[in-house]
Amino acid sequence: MARMKARGFQLFLPLSVLAILILINLIKGADYFSFSIINGALYGNIPNILFGASELVILAIGMTLVTSSSGGQDISVGVAAAITSSVFVKILLGSGGITWMVILGAFLASCAVGIAIGAFNGTLIAIFNVQPMVATLILFTAGRSIAFLIDGRLSPILANDLTGQIGSVIPGVPIQTPIILTVVFIALFSVLLKTTNLKLYSQSVGINQKAARLNGINPVRIKFLTYMILGVCSAVAGFIAVNKAGRHDSVNLLKYVEMDAILAVAIGGNALSGGKFSIAGSIIGAYTIEVLNRTLLRLEVDTETIKAFKAVFIIILMVIASPVVREFAAKGMKRARARLNGAVEANR
Amino acid sequence: MNTMKRKERISNSNLLFAIATVIFVLMYGFAIIRYPGSFLQYQTFFDLFSLNAPLIIITLGLSIVMIGGGIDISVGAVTGLVTMCCAVFLESRTGSVWGSMLLALGIGVAFGLLQGFLIAYLEIQPFIITLAGMFLANGLLTTIHKDPLNVTMPSFLLLRDFEIVIPFLGTTNRLGNFIPLAIKPGAVVALALIVVLVVLMRWSRFGRNLYAVGGNSQSALMLGINVKRAKFYSYALCGLLTGIAGFVFIMTTGAGNVGNASGFEMKAIAGSIIGGTMLSGGVGNLIGSPVGALTLLTINELIRAAGVNSNFQSIASGALLCIFIVLQSVVLWLRGTGGFKLALPKWLLPSGKGG
Repeated sequence: MARMKARGFQLFLPLSVLAILILINLIKGADYFSFSIINGALYGNIPNILFGASELVILAIGMTLVTSSSGGQDISVGVAAAITSSVFVKILLGSGGITWMVILGAFLASCAVGIAIGAFNGTLIAIFNVQPMVATLILFTAGRSIAFLIDGRLSPILANDLTGQIGSVIPGVPIQTPIILTVVFIALFSVLLKTTNLKLYSQSVGINQKAARLNGINPVRIKFLTYMILGVCSAVAGFIAVNKAGRHDSVNLLKYVEMDAILAVAIGGNALSGGKFSIAGSIIGAYTIEVLNRTLLRLEVDTETIKAFKAVFIIILMVIASPVVREFAAKGMKRARARLNGAVEANR
Repeated sequence: MNTMKRKERISNSNLLFAIATVIFVLMYGFAIIRYPGSFLQYQTFFDLFSLNAPLIIITLGLSIVMIGGGIDISVGAVTGLVTMCCAVFLESRTGSVWGSMLLALGIGVAFGLLQGFLIAYLEIQPFIITLAGMFLANGLLTTIHKDPLNVTMPSFLLLRDFEIVIPFLGTTNRLGNFIPLAIKPGAVVALALIVVLVVLMRWSRFGRNLYAVGGNSQSALMLGINVKRAKFYSYALCGLLTGIAGFVFIMTTGAGNVGNASGFEMKAIAGSIIGGTMLSGGVGNLIGSPVGALTLLTINELIRAAGVNSNFQSIASGALLCIFIVLQSVVLWLRGTGGFKLALPKWLLPSGKGG
């Protein structure tokens, strides 16, 4: 019963925030849910949010897993995406003609690079017992320069139909491709979590590493694995981002996305110190961030001021969700209920 | 060896600090041998201090927070905000140097108090709160003023161009003229702060409490230490230092700019780690932090002197950080501090050790 309540609260907060944001949007203009069909594809507020948040959602999923198993966050995801996508672009531009097979091959290669990056971080974190933030600070410092060196020049351009279609719409399909890719990714990931015991193992490693080891789980292997999975997530996110942009800007591609990804995990009600997690919460958290950004834009807040509003919003949200306030609220509720019962009895 | 005899073993923070110092000295020695023309001058060494005083001060503040087991990633953005506010204030009609100094400290302390309260008393994760602080400072900065702003106030310009000249240290240039060593006041501020804070952290009640809280907040609580207050003070102190760093920054550059001090938070974290502070808290040495920051700056200077692609600066910084992190972890493992050991595969374990 208590567990049900806790779990309910975990999803209750991000969902209610999302509802409030949508309400604000509806007050601003009733046409919020309207969408139009342009060139055979859906456009409108909701599709745009799904489109805009696709990389963030994918990264937030990987970040949740890593947070759960290692009790720390990877701050190199944006950089890792820049490196993997630079490899992707390099292979694509180096090949003679761009076909679907070449794109698939380049994507798989970028995934391999992502796994290598994850293995690097995982080695430091799992084997050398370095705190995750410190270990990933290395790539955070060096990564964008590495991506630039792989590119060899400033922002190579991907000018062709196929990658453009991945970034926007494939003719004949009514939904923008990044949305489809995100949905496919979420589906694959949930199948992975349902069919394997990865979720259980990473949670138990995150809650108590020694106890997990005594129960026959290898914490090193689990941590290592989660970082490699996050590497794949960054590769997918980089793939989507570079195809959306149509060129590879090693300096600005997915800049500061790591902060948003960690924020999504926190808004989703997951403890940043590891342990139990909810992927659904993180996904909702990621969409909440995107909705917040777009709501502020829609309310005609200056682009310069958006960050400050976002910060105030985060602080309010975190204060509401903080353990002290939550406890206080629970106590207040209890007292109110007792008083109510007392009043009812007095009336009798 | 003597130290080993005198004390059973030197503490972890001192050991990590010693490693950092040795590597810094080695690197500077290498730089002198490789580029004797520039690195042998006193001016080059003190310029490291003069030009990077803000970063050194921020590193100190961040180390204090990290020793207490927290993290503050808003420092860079708050420094930027302080510089811009000071620039706007100095350019306004009511501007004065003393007023801007107070303004700088006020903004820094305000951020420190707010974040400290939320983290210590409401028990919110420090990373998220300081991330929000970073967004807030950045948003306010761009709201206040977007374009670069040069301060033209005469009394401030006097302060900006003020240099402490030390006549007996100096070098002769190619023409044979003797140029005395000149130090910016920012460097003096940074050095004074290092001394004050080292004393504070080592011998004051606050410092010792903070080490205890960072090492194990549960047992610190059992010892009767006010854990929440110690954490709160550490963030407030970090905020104060950020304000000072902001003022020193504008005192050195004389301009408010949106890009001021951006990315300093990560540089400061890297500097603290190289200096031997551990992010998990409770281990660290405040002399080490500036040494760590100087190590990073020296390697950047070296690469600039070598004249290779500037991208290698950040790659070299990353590699250096990597080496330090691995070194720290291996050293701590070899010293066998209780629960810590490397999770190496069996065939890599040296016989007789580990297990």
